[in-house]
Amino acid sequence: MHPAPSVIFFSTFSGLGFGLLGFLGFGMFVPTGWVAFVFFAFAYVLAVGGLISSTFHLGHPERALKAFSQWRSSWLSREAWCAVAALVLMAIYGAGLVFFAQQWTLIGMLGAIASLATVFTTSMIYGQLKTVPRWNTYYTSANFLSLSLAGGALLADQGNLTLILMVVAGAIQLATWLRGDTAFATSGTNMATATGLGSIGTVRAFEPPHTGTNYLLREFVYVIGRKHAQKLRIIALVLMAVLPVILLLLPFSHWLALLAVVSHVAGVLAARWLFFAQAEHVVGLYYGKR
Amino acid sequence: MTQLPTQTQKKLGLVIDLDTCVGCHACVISCKGWNTENYGAPLSDQDPYGANPSGTFLNRVHSFEVQPDQGAAQLIHFPKSCLHCEDAPCVTVCPTGASYKRVEDGIVLVNESDCIGCGLCAWACPYGAREMDQAEGVMKKCTLCVDRIYNENLPEVDREPACVRTCPSNARHFGDFADPDSAVSQLVLERGGMDLMPEQGTKPVNKYLPPRPKDQLTQNDEQIDILAPFLEPVATEAKGFLSWLDKTLEKL
Ligand code: SF4
Ligand code: SF4
Ligand code: SF4
Repeated sequence: MHPAPSVIFFSTFSGLGFGLLGFLGFGMFVPTGWVAFVFFAFAYVLAVGGLISSTFHLGHPERALKAFSQWRSSWLSREAWCAVAALVLMAIYGAGLVFFAQQWTLIGMLGAIASLATVFTTSMIYGQLKTVPRWNTYYTSANFLSLSLAGGALLADQGNLTLILMVVAGAIQLATWLRGDTAFATSGTNMATATGLGSIGTVRAFEPPHTGTNYLLREFVYVIGRKHAQKLRIIALVLMAVLPVILLLLPFSHWLALLAVVSHVAGVLAARWLFFAQAEHVVGLYYGKR
Repeated sequence: MTQLPTQTQKKLGLVIDLDTCVGCHACVISCKGWNTENYGAPLSDQDPYGANPSGTFLNRVHSFEVQPDQGAAQLIHFPKSCLHCEDAPCVTVCPTGASYKRVEDGIVLVNESDCIGCGLCAWACPYGAREMDQAEGVMKKCTLCVDRIYNENLPEVDREPACVRTCPSNARHFGDFADPDSAVSQLVLERGGMDLMPEQGTKPVNKYLPPRPKDQLTQNDEQIDILAPFLEPVATEAKGFLSWLDKTLEKL
């Protein structure tokens, strides 16, 4: 799948922002006054910035409101609802903390649930796709949610909990990769089923339908950089989990904490790039490619 | 509405005969010709006369080589367009309701004025039947020529999809699969029509007829043409006038 930068940034930063909102909402971290304002503003920049960048890849962003209409069937529509619900609830909760030094627990709880639900719906947009066997699994949701929680904990300064969540997120990331590597082969879709010609013999793509490229090949058959995948995985895992854990174990300093955040974000961005670049869509089979 | 209807009154679709398709791409061209100037946004091309042309097509013809365990390989031309699936994943993922399946005839369509161009429906389609138009930013797909098949302004013979109308080898057939007595249902029954990627659970309406077994070339290289003895050259050496002409022309 084509790794569109807008979608990579969206899912990384909004995941982080909603993770932070989750910790704020559950009251695991209760700043007030100016400190609260800074944290909420930061969470909103991440979450809203991510959402806005996701509209960049739309053909008609001006019609984006229509995306709220099909929540009964569409995960993308559900994501839109959850995101708005989370942002509205958390704005109310945040206003209470910032301006009135009041903690409206129930609203915070609901906001936190909506925040995590947003991350879950994002993951289901990919996880629901049978056409991309690597994504079509609950590992995808576990992967997105655990990274969002680990990143949120890091930003909300959750101490030992951060360490545990980092390790868990790293382990789930590794498991997701390993499972993903065999997903296409075990999905049961291959050139024989794609063409229905498997009963005659071995099928080979002889001539593509067109001499140039097309939307399908650009969007679904992205193979650039796959050969570096293993190296990139190691880099991503080290940056995303290993380095932050080491930095957090060192005696506390604000600079080390900042470094841990930067390293984590860079790692998640790299992993998200791999998430798309390594995903193989079954339509590639018609072109004899994956 | 992107919830799928539980049932459609008709199931309109195509039968594509992989035995007779000659891979001429006429259906591709007639499809583009009709659909670029009728229903919805035109099918744009990018850099059409340049070094790297690409464009939106609703129907494309692949060619596959199939190598049996024994004997010669077969070349099979393979046209592919939207299969108007009963359980169309492209419809349920659409957040705006732009993608829908019609209750009356089962045709899967995109309402282009509702489409935000998110591309998710194309991701959900296993067959690559949807293409985002680069110029318009909306999703394009086969409409089963919905603007031909019911079009009273066209002569009756033309009220079928452009690809079916144009196919020179009669490899494409259009009809209602909900009716077990229709010509297409009968054809599928007779020839063992098949689904593409049945394991994806999309329940495609369009069916493909597998190629019939090919003639086998005999293994020994002995005479196989009983007329061959009669076709031996009779005159090996030219005589008379022809011989003179031959030699004269040679000398020139
Ligand atoms: S072939 Fe693809 S676009 Fe057409 S109905 Fe099936 S899933 Fe949807
Ligand atoms: S590209 Fe258009 S038709 Fe397809 S899912 Fe998005 S809004 Fe729906
Ligand atoms: S027009 Fe008919 S024969 Fe030619 S490629 Fe299309 S289906 Fe095959």
